[in-house]
Amino acid sequence: MSSTRVADSDVALRLGDVVKEYAGGVFALRGVSIDIGRGEQVAVVGPSGSGKTTMLTILGTLERPTSGEVFVAGHDAVKATDRELAGVRAHEIGFVFQGFHLQEVMTALDNVATGMLYTGVSAHERREAAREALERVGLGHRLTHRPGELSGGERQRVAIARALIKRPSIVLADEPTGNLDSKSGAGVLELLHGLADEGATLGLITHDPGVAESFPRRIQMRDGEIVADERR
Amino acid sequence: MSVALPRPASAPEEPRDRDVARISLRELLAVAALGLRSRRLRASLSALGIAIGIGAMVAVVGISASSQADLLATIDRLGTNLLTVAPGQSFLGQSETLPSTAVPMIKHMGAVQKASAVYTVSGATVRRTAYVPAEQTGGIGVDAADTNLPTSLGGDMASGHFLSAATEDYPTVVLGAGAAQTLQIPAATGHIQVFLGGTWFTVVGILNPLILAPDLDHTAFIGLPVAERLFNTQNSPSTIFVRANVDQVQNVSSLLAPTADPQTPDGVQVSRPSDSLEARAAAKTQFTTLLLALGAVALLVGGIGIANIMVISVLERRGEIGLRRALGATRRHIRSQFLIESALLATLGGLAGLLFGVIATFIYSVAQNQPMVVPLYALIAAPAAGLAIGAVAGLYPAAKAARLSPTEALRAA
Repeated sequence: MSSTRVADSDVALRLGDVVKEYAGGVFALRGVSIDIGRGEQVAVVGPSGSGKTTMLTILGTLERPTSGEVFVAGHDAVKATDRELAGVRAHEIGFVFQGFHLQEVMTALDNVATGMLYTGVSAHERREAAREALERVGLGHRLTHRPGELSGGERQRVAIARALIKRPSIVLADEPTGNLDSKSGAGVLELLHGLADEGATLGLITHDPGVAESFPRRIQMRDGEIVADERR
Repeated sequence: MSVALPRPASAPEEPRDRDVARISLRELLAVAALGLRSRRLRASLSALGIAIGIGAMVAVVGISASSQADLLATIDRLGTNLLTVAPGQSFLGQSETLPSTAVPMIKHMGAVQKASAVYTVSGATVRRTAYVPAEQTGGIGVDAADTNLPTSLGGDMASGHFLSAATEDYPTVVLGAGAAQTLQIPAATGHIQVFLGGTWFTVVGILNPLILAPDLDHTAFIGLPVAERLFNTQNSPSTIFVRANVDQVQNVSSLLAPTADPQTPDGVQVSRPSDSLEARAAAKTQFTTLLLALGAVALLVGGIGIANIMVISVLERRGEIGLRRALGATRRHIRSQFLIESALLATLGGLAGLLFGVIATFIYSVAQNQPMVVPLYALIAAPAAGLAIGAVAGLYPAAKAARLSPTEALRAA
């Protein structure tokens, strides 16, 4: 049995010459290499079609590259089985999406509790953790509300609480402020930065340079390649 | 499997399952139940298909079991120890006759409890009045009967009383249930007379239907002495009804022919009326099989309906599936979720069907005034059938859901 876990290092996410080709000869990524250190906060910026979303899904182990190396939280994401990758996602990675992806029939509390559904933690413990997580994102008074009864900013906070409930080492956010007005967007960004300051690695993709401004490291992409990697 | 690289011996071993995506069966059930709860109308409609199929089958099984129980109770009440003896046809096709000694001979047999005979009265018809044309007999035959006929047959009176030693010499008549209905005589009041073979006979009794000898229902019974006197009836039984000891029915049956007619035993037909009732019960079972097959077709259609709904559900819920995969669900977790959802849906349908079927059986039994019987196996088979159908119907949709690429699923929503 080959090991898919690499020795612990300071690198949380690593892409090594990653190529992603979709059916029909479309290249979403053309040889991308980056290292993102533990606790780093990185914004990936680029126009639509630049491959930034594909990069995020590969970093999030939701997709495998056509070629290249991927290491996520110490796991070789290319060699790992689907089941192992699911384990990595269940325990290590928290996702935040532009469209929130909340379940309408559930209360905010239950939505957040699903963030730990596949970790094997009991329902009771998950609800306790969900309460804490909601309090942490400032929604302690909205536990029993359903998504339909919440504002856009509040919904994204619920989604963030769902991502952070399991205390992931990596948070990946895909245009988390894309559907929000600037004030709610700023609040959500502040929240994400705050989480990362507690030690999580944060990767966020956006097409909005203003959002990227708040990040200490900014990677710029175009046509499936990294064209700039700036650090402040 | 993910295996940690060797660590320094001093470091405590991290629990292996820290890295594994897991969910308990109970939680999966809760997730599946939530999936159904959030689409109540659709879930109930698709479960209805299964409910109707299973309901129909339970009702068929229940109703047939109830009527069978009723029939068997009737057979039990009337006894299976009744035998009939009748003249058969000779080798040349002529009707044989039984000798007049047949009844006393049979009565002498050890295992015979009772025996009574009827004698065909030829040339006589029963009419309400003399003005009714003689051809309009209404299909009512006239028989002379021994006075103990009802006790042998297990028959009882709807009104009045049967012929007795006191009345059999006189023009009195007892009508079978069907004959009384045809003649429109509701009750034997003692004042009603019918015109029987040219003589007015007083109706002294009306019988209830004779379940073991239904052909006697359309018969008017008069006493043998009066029949001999007025119509020249021969003392040669057309049918003899024999009650034997219950444990010796077979023996008696085989000895009846030679006893009744020692000269030509081959010309005697012996039969057991309860056999035909039992045959009727068996025939009902065959009919039941046909109806069950129809129920199975309904069930198949219901199963396809569930598969259809689940496929649509998977397409609609791509976003949810993508999210679950992002949260750490394995393909197997997704597959189990949809499989359980489908099985749960059909099991609920099966339980609803069981309820429908029991209610239908209950209503039928009350209406027919018969005992209600739902076979015990139906109580287990109904939900089990639902479970099995749901599991099969969910196979394809669940596999489809598991195969979805999580990124495509997330993008679609």
